[in-house]
Amino acid sequence: MTTTSDRSAARTSHRSTARTRRRRTALAALAATAVLGACSLTGGGGDDGDTPGGTGDGTGTAAGGELTVVTHDSFSVSQDLLDQFEADTGYRLTMVAPGDGGALVNQLVLTKDSPLGDVVYGIDNSFAARAIDAGVLDPYTPADAPAGVAENAVDDEGHLTAVDRGDVCVNVDHAWFADRGIPEPRTLADLTDPAYRDLLVVTNPATSSPGLAFLLATIGAFGTDGWQQYWTDLAANGVRVAEGWSDAYYVDFSGSEGAGPRPLVVSYSSSPAAEVPEDDAEPRTGALLDTCFRQVEYAGVIAGAANPEGARAFVDFLLSDPVQQDIPGQMYMYPVADVPLPEEWAAHAPLAEDPHQVDPADIAAHREEWVTAWTEIVVG
Amino acid sequence: MAATAPAPPAPRPTPAPARQRPARRPLAGRAPSLLGWGLTAAVPLVFLGVFFAYPVGTLVARGFFPDGAADLSGFAEVFARPRTWRVIGITLAQAAAGTAVSVLLGLPGAYLLYRCSFPDRGLVRAAVTVPFVLPTVVVGVAFRSLLGAGGPLGFLGLDGTFAAVVAALVFFNYAVVVRTVGGMWARLDPRAEEAARALGASPARAFATVTLPALAPAIASAASVVFLFCATAFGVVLILGGPGYGTVETEIWVQTTQFLDLRAAAVLSVVQLAVVAAALAVAGRTRARQERALRLRDTPADHPLRLLAPRAGGGRRPGPDLLPAAVTAVVLALLAAPLLGLVVRSLHQPDGGWGLANYRALGSTGTGALTVTVWEAAANSLRVAVDATVLAIVVGVAVALVLSRRPRARAARRAAGALDAVFMLPLGVSAVTVGFGFLITLDRPPLDLRSSLVLVPLAQAVVAVPMVVRTVLPVLRAIDPRLREAAATLGAAPGRVLATVDGPFLVRGLGLAVGFAFAVSLGEFGATAFLARPDRPTLPVVVFRLLGRPGAENYGMALAGAVVLAVLTAVVMALAERLRTPEATGW
Repeated sequence: MTTTSDRSAARTSHRSTARTRRRRTALAALAATAVLGACSLTGGGGDDGDTPGGTGDGTGTAAGGELTVVTHDSFSVSQDLLDQFEADTGYRLTMVAPGDGGALVNQLVLTKDSPLGDVVYGIDNSFAARAIDAGVLDPYTPADAPAGVAENAVDDEGHLTAVDRGDVCVNVDHAWFADRGIPEPRTLADLTDPAYRDLLVVTNPATSSPGLAFLLATIGAFGTDGWQQYWTDLAANGVRVAEGWSDAYYVDFSGSEGAGPRPLVVSYSSSPAAEVPEDDAEPRTGALLDTCFRQVEYAGVIAGAANPEGARAFVDFLLSDPVQQDIPGQMYMYPVADVPLPEEWAAHAPLAEDPHQVDPADIAAHREEWVTAWTEIVVG
Repeated sequence: MAATAPAPPAPRPTPAPARQRPARRPLAGRAPSLLGWGLTAAVPLVFLGVFFAYPVGTLVARGFFPDGAADLSGFAEVFARPRTWRVIGITLAQAAAGTAVSVLLGLPGAYLLYRCSFPDRGLVRAAVTVPFVLPTVVVGVAFRSLLGAGGPLGFLGLDGTFAAVVAALVFFNYAVVVRTVGGMWARLDPRAEEAARALGASPARAFATVTLPALAPAIASAASVVFLFCATAFGVVLILGGPGYGTVETEIWVQTTQFLDLRAAAVLSVVQLAVVAAALAVAGRTRARQERALRLRDTPADHPLRLLAPRAGGGRRPGPDLLPAAVTAVVLALLAAPLLGLVVRSLHQPDGGWGLANYRALGSTGTGALTVTVWEAAANSLRVAVDATVLAIVVGVAVALVLSRRPRARAARRAAGALDAVFMLPLGVSAVTVGFGFLITLDRPPLDLRSSLVLVPLAQAVVAVPMVVRTVLPVLRAIDPRLREAAATLGAAPGRVLATVDGPFLVRGLGLAVGFAFAVSLGEFGATAFLARPDRPTLPVVVFRLLGRPGAENYGMALAGAVVLAVLTAVVMALAERLRTPEATGW
């Protein structure tokens, strides 16, 4: 054994001379990595001066200060509007987007003693009551807010300000039904008709926000004692459950990219506007407006905010006409203010006139129980 | 924990006359060495303590001490739910099936890629590693596009089934088996099997009685690591399995992010840790055996590919390598199918034709879907990956250096073993636990990092450190300890021993480690999505956001972005493969 090892040691040293070049390559790669690392750590944040702990960088504006906006991960407002806000107010914005609407609220609750930021946008009506009950918001009602704000208020104290809304509805592939000469379904009850067997794909309420909204639509429609039977029937009629919206819409649905097998999908009332072919005036899909649940998204001042004044200014900013007009194109939601909609929306994507509703307080109290019951009925 | 740092490698103080040691070195001379090793051990321990143990521990503690007082009723309640048991059962079944299939398919691959030589072998080795580091969000789309009712393999009816999830788990973990077992196989002395054959054993019998037992430690080691990855897989299970195939990991995600039921999440985290600890214990034991066995042969033993052999009476008959080659070819085709499907669909333009429109659109922000262009996100990814790689290499190499020493004291050896296991744990803890943990712990001075850009590379480094350790450690362990002793005897200070003896080996092993750390960072999604700032998204985050938007433009961009990510990963791995040496036998 000893000799083998000694020999191997000797051979190793021989080889190492033969490999000098390769080692040099490795060293060079290492050095390059180190240099790049230095670049990235020091130079990376240069363009917007947002390195941690950094204070005002003197970009020549009014008093201002730091303003941290906490949003869900679908937040999007045109950059020039955000730049304009910073220039007008002197606040320097930092955006934090830690997840979807549910994760967002739960993080606010968890970090109550050391708030994540100053102002939050993206709490929807299925999570609103939980956030208010947990005391993570300070009341604020913007002056001369559009009428839509009062119409969609969650409580009387004004803990949350409605910013936009949208409907989650079953979408239908027009061509699929036309080709087969089958009439399209219209209501939730139609969907349990054997004529529509194996045609619907929904998303899991436990993991997807449209999925939860659609479950709430059925609870709003059939009541807290009727919805379970409805889903039992839907399951018996071959409903398919996908995990997330993109899965359902792009892989299972026949009316979009994936050209999947199912012509009925849970999506948004605005989705058909995205399916208008360039050469054609009529969208390939439509929303069934009797199957909708209204989602409202809110903004609010976070309790214990370091910059409450800036937080209020940001809520006002979200309600300003330019931002409200920006919302459809950026976030696929409808403004609460009375501003013009994009052409395609106005023509092809109306909101439901009478969406199904569930009291936000009931949702906060029963969401988990409902989702658990749903899982047992549909997934087994 | 820092107190249990392994003893230094310096000569023992016992006055026993050592053959090669002319004079005992004075005690004072060892002090810097002790200090040096203490520091080397302290760096990773502090890093892991602050950025892993503290956040995760705090979050789990919140579940068990809701109002300051201990409340363990969560265990009774969670275990009383029938769903909990079903979820645990599914997790174990999926992991077991994924592991079994990975090993069965991986063995022929290991043989072919490490025992047979053929042109472009290094390229094939790099290629099989690409799936391992691809983000699950990309693989999920690719798989569902393939298996969905509208896809080319839709007729198999696999969509949303147990089999689809297992297939995806194998897709990810095939490379682990090939690399771990292959590295060992390459060093196995072929003479024992040749002797068995000479004595009349059939090839199958020789393999079963001679080769397989020798490979057993490597196989068991690979299997336990694969089991670990399968048991904690998240995105792929969520996307492919659907709600019927929830695992412990997806349950933790739902309970934490959707229900804020920290008690249930904490109980499930403990269950997961128990499973992970068991897998690590098996891995640790088998690895220790493997590393000893690795010294069997210093140079890889391989032979040219023998697909066909001459028949005695002229003509040709199937050669001994035909079967493994055929199996591996089929597996490679199956690995490539989802990726090819992705490429093909990315070339399908929003207007219905074929072309590069989706790739041209990467310079835009989509139809309002993004705050930066996809190229900017790719640049962010590369920048973050550089930081994460530097962090992971510094910490991982420190761990490997400490663990590579084989202290003679039993307590120190045990401490080293424990340290080894501790640094594997980040692989087995849910990203959402880490993310939420960061939020509630690193939230006030001196460490208020919540909106900091440093968070993402930190979280990714925590994930990458185990990979670095597993890649570098076998190289360092393969160094004959007598080389170091000889150097020390000849008067080299510990630092110099490190630089002249360990250094060259370390640098060779580092190529693959850098590649792995870089690729892990490029593909990491769970923790990154949680911590990344909207103005600085990474490429996987951007792909995920694009997929979540209606409109053919956004969908096409998402697929093109995913292909860019795959290509980046492949290039990084191919570079790492070039820098790789036979000493780097880990995966």
